Amino acid sequence: MHEKGIAELRRDLDARAYSSVELTLHYLDRIERLDPRLNSFVTVAAEQALAGAERADRAIAAGTGGPLTGIPIAHKDIFCTQGLRTSCGSRMLDNFIAPYDATVVERLAAAGAVVLGKTNMDEFAMGSSNETSFYGPVRNPWDPGKVPGGSSGGSAAAVAGRLCAAATGTDTGGSIRQPAALCGVTGIKPTYGRCSRWGMIAFASSLDQAGPIAGSAADTAPMLQAMAGFDPRDSTSVDTPVPDYLSGLDADLAGLRIGLPKEYFGEGLDARVEASIREAIREYERLGARVNEISLPNSPLSVPVYYVVAPAECSSNLARFDGVRYGHRCENPKDLEDLYKRSRAEGFGAEVQRRIMIGTYVLSAGYYDAYYLKAQKIRHLIADDFRRAFEQVDVILGPTSPTTAFPIGSKMDDPVAMYLNDIYTIATNLAGLPGMSIPVAPVDGMPVGLQLIGNYFQEGRLLNVAHRLQCVSDWHLALPKGF
Amino acid sequence: MALLRADIEKIAHLARLAISPEETARYAQDLSRILDLVAQMDAVDTQGVEPMAHPLHDMAQRLRPDAATEADQRERFQSIAPLTEAGLYLVPRVIE
Repeated sequence: MHEKGIAELRRDLDARAYSSVELTLHYLDRIERLDPRLNSFVTVAAEQALAGAERADRAIAAGTGGPLTGIPIAHKDIFCTQGLRTSCGSRMLDNFIAPYDATVVERLAAAGAVVLGKTNMDEFAMGSSNETSFYGPVRNPWDPGKVPGGSSGGSAAAVAGRLCAAATGTDTGGSIRQPAALCGVTGIKPTYGRCSRWGMIAFASSLDQAGPIAGSAADTAPMLQAMAGFDPRDSTSVDTPVPDYLSGLDADLAGLRIGLPKEYFGEGLDARVEASIREAIREYERLGARVNEISLPNSPLSVPVYYVVAPAECSSNLARFDGVRYGHRCENPKDLEDLYKRSRAEGFGAEVQRRIMIGTYVLSAGYYDAYYLKAQKIRHLIADDFRRAFEQVDVILGPTSPTTAFPIGSKMDDPVAMYLNDIYTIATNLAGLPGMSIPVAPVDGMPVGLQLIGNYFQEGRLLNVAHRLQCVSDWHLALPKGF
Repeated sequence: MALLRADIEKIAHLARLAISPEETARYAQDLSRILDLVAQMDAVDTQGVEPMAHPLHDMAQRLRPDAATEADQRERFQSIAPLTEAGLYLVPRVIE
């Protein structure tokens, strides 16, 4: 059952080929047998999942099911789930049970999805390798000695190992697309404001966005359909109608204008990764697309700009973790300052503390103009590059990540080397644009991700462009050995 | 840009993080390298460029009526607090 896509599972469930309870038990069994190799789940919610599956089976029998009724999924452990621990990969929230569901969780529940559990992630979504989690690193199903990418590494590895039919993720600088690329699955980061961030633990509020990871574009479409939409509880949620993503999947690509940013094909890109991307580009040309080189001249600045904006916003957002109202609290504080300082030092890991300190520094008196304001100005230049590019092309295409997955431990001592993993993904977050990663031809048995970037609210177009490639190729169907 | 131990101690205090002397040296090194990366911004001419505070820059922040929409759920919220008493969050004595 686990090799099937959501549409096929939907048909089987509706035809009573098997029940949602049977399907859920199948995935729970796979998690129990296979996840010790991956560590992709922080919490498995077997009882709740089976109760959800029973409800789904009743709904299917009564003919009141939705598009995802009975489909087993997992949530990144950054989304608040009522009654089920939400750790955000941190010791700080190791004991945190949210009193409410995130909007995205609520919406997927309303669409009928069954929740198998919560997936591992980099602590507070800060990382590109899933090695900063309090619960230990996630392993890549294609090679257990390698990272799955991050920060949604648990979601990507769980989908790649077919331990769930789909999963939620979040993307602040590439955290859906980069792990999707490194694990050989499909992920989409929607336009800023497309999915509600209510109940999604905040990292960098001007960049964070939720999105799905699944086995194909056709499977991410119903997930995004359920997740997207206006929510008055999130002040950055955009009140724009959500199109029907499924009905647009098959649109013809003849005449589609694809732009290849020359900055994404330069120094630093692994030559074999480039060859895989070029092979997929030829496939797009056969599908009738017109491919042209474009330029995003300010994109090399996106990493430095991001490492001012994201830490600045994180230092402000994470100030709420004070050991007073919820989360970790140190033993025997001698005064209030000691309570704050030790609770935070004990609760946060090294990467989170590094980013809080960078953010505190760039926002401190006398430095604001030189760092944060300067970064926000360059951010405008980066967004303008995209605006000009989308006057000439419909979709921008390039690699998601400069290399395939790297060995666990190889970049942990060098934060700057780690940050450069996100060199091709960060600019879309800075500009607020939607981006997607889909698997193309692997290199030495390790997955390679192709990135598609669309104009604002063009998620449907991205899903269509991704789906048409997946209709004429089988890269997305490969399963890692032993899964 | 090289940060000194004293800079790190000041930043850690502002961020309310207790860090040990050994960690201070490590953070000085790491943060200096990150600031070297960030220094690439200095070469960019941003004269006359508007700062972009919101990714959808033509969007305006929505307003809502200034009315309470949430019910009182104090007990529920305090059930996950480290230490409470009589509906209050307890912290070490602030005023002697």
